[in-house]
Amino acid sequence: MEKVLSARFDIPNSHTLDVYLQHGGYRALQKALTEMTPEQITEEVKKSALRGRGGAGFSTGLKWSFVPKDSPKPIYLVVNADESEPGTFKDRPIMEKDPHALLEGMMIAAYAISSHLAFIYIRGEYWYLKERLEQAIEEARARGYVGKNILGTGFDCDVIVHPGAGAYICGEETALLESLEGKRGYPRIKPPFPALVGLYGCPTVVNNVETIASVPPIIVNGGDWFRRLGTEKSGGTRLFAVSGHVERPGVYERPLGYPLKQLIEDCGGVRGGRKLKAVIPGGTSAPILTAEEAETITLDFEALAAIGSMLGSGGVIVMDETTDIVQATYRSIKFYEHESCGWCVPCREGTNWLVKIFRRLLRGGGTERDIDMLIELSDNMFGRTHCPLGDAAAWAVAPAVKKFRAEFERYVQRRVSVAV
Amino acid sequence: MFSQQAEKRIDELLAKYPQKRSALLPILYVAQAENGYLSDDVMEYVAQRMGLTYLDVLSTASFYTMFYRRPVGKYVVQLCTNVSCWLMGSDHIEKCIERKLGIRLGETTPDGKFTFVEVECIGACGGAPAMQVNFDYHENLTPDKVDQILDALP
Ligand SMILES: Cc1cc2nc3c(=O)[nH]c(=O)nc-3n(C[C@H](O)[C@H](O)[C@H](O)COP(=O)(O)O)c2cc1C
Repeated sequence: MEKVLSARFDIPNSHTLDVYLQHGGYRALQKALTEMTPEQITEEVKKSALRGRGGAGFSTGLKWSFVPKDSPKPIYLVVNADESEPGTFKDRPIMEKDPHALLEGMMIAAYAISSHLAFIYIRGEYWYLKERLEQAIEEARARGYVGKNILGTGFDCDVIVHPGAGAYICGEETALLESLEGKRGYPRIKPPFPALVGLYGCPTVVNNVETIASVPPIIVNGGDWFRRLGTEKSGGTRLFAVSGHVERPGVYERPLGYPLKQLIEDCGGVRGGRKLKAVIPGGTSAPILTAEEAETITLDFEALAAIGSMLGSGGVIVMDETTDIVQATYRSIKFYEHESCGWCVPCREGTNWLVKIFRRLLRGGGTERDIDMLIELSDNMFGRTHCPLGDAAAWAVAPAVKKFRAEFERYVQRRVSVAV
Repeated sequence: MFSQQAEKRIDELLAKYPQKRSALLPILYVAQAENGYLSDDVMEYVAQRMGLTYLDVLSTASFYTMFYRRPVGKYVVQLCTNVSCWLMGSDHIEKCIERKLGIRLGETTPDGKFTFVEVECIGACGGAPAMQVNFDYHENLTPDKVDQILDALP
């Protein structure tokens, strides 16, 4: 199995510059700055079929190409290290074990879009990683890989690590920019898209940590090489964060298009040899899959979209036969209710209403009508909110009710109830 | 109002960004570390220091769960109860911590040492169930492990 992103994870002191250099580090930056034009870099990334690893899966090369070439205003690169989608913990090992891969990718991306100041917006809980990144930046700056006159080429770019403070919505790219400007993390209406009007009203590219860390290997080995690792439209490998009822949860690098069933087996299978019941394939906002669906699906953007789910953030949550789907879904919706920024009504009121219905059901006071209402409400929220948090909440609920309705009915028939 | 060191840190943060207001969240962390929580006086002071109004500061600070607007314990024990942690038994861990500390979720021990809260996904799903005590991560929790961690805190 080709390791692209996790190749250095197991090397002692892999987070230090010396070890990074010993294992091929900063060769891509050298090549990019001395042998390639910004346009060539963007073309190579387009060719690689690299799609955003943060959730939406947008083509990275295309996003870079939207940045105006003759901007009179400064251009910013912002790395999204908010990593707050439940079930997702794959950016953590990159920053912990390979921070220079992120920095190198950032410098290449910054050169490609003509940015001279880049930010890493990192969730406040990851404080130890903020410190690790700052150390890596210091090391890189001292040796000319970051900052002024990088590798003697005359290209300047500095990096600021900025901590969030506990708000999932700040992972949404426009809310993130508001937060980085020192305000409440309310999403902005799009368009205009950040590529034209982003941080401080200037052109800005927002990319996920894993997306950016994929850039150096693309530059060294070529876009075609990367694309061939995955599928035609979803190039490369990605880090799947597997949690829940498997024997060995953790972060596994696999090519896009890899069978989900095989991934679960690679994690030692379902714990205790139990039967699989359901899988959430891409963070809690990705519609849940039944065991049957999980049997045959491959992990790529296209295959999952074709069955009404999504690859999202690559957070795979596995549930065995003992799992109570009603309670599991309640945990998800409670999250979205708590994290709704409250700015738009369908999301603020909708998530709250869903939580209330769940509580009624779980306490044994629900009706058949309540089950239908969960679906109706979700359908009414979907597509009607300013940002996709409302969609995520709807997606966490409606497919679970539709696919596991019998479990919801058990609560209505008062055969079970739990304290919530 | 703050220590010399904190004042110096605030000056550095104000100089760091293209626009001063971007320093607000980092400065609130400094303020919280100095004072334990963000009292009205502290927010008023931060506002003056940054050339903002008290309401600018309050409206931002109140949006984020990591900023406390009331006093909290010396240690904030933050248990994740989201899907992956719940699947791995965070409910049971929650009861163990409540019993151990003699308080319920959301409460602070009478001696002011511990505050126990529920948090949303902390990105430790592979080591579920997990909690954070102030900024420190603790994963693969078991009742015994929780006891050891809490007992070891000075
Ligand atoms: C509610 C919400 C939360 C999000 N959280 C994250 C996150 O934590 N990390 C991330 O990279 N992207 C997150 N995204 C996606 C970003 O908005 C954006 O698409 C992404 O950072 C773009 O980078 P990429 O193209 O490299 O994926 C979130 C989106 C939404 C709607």
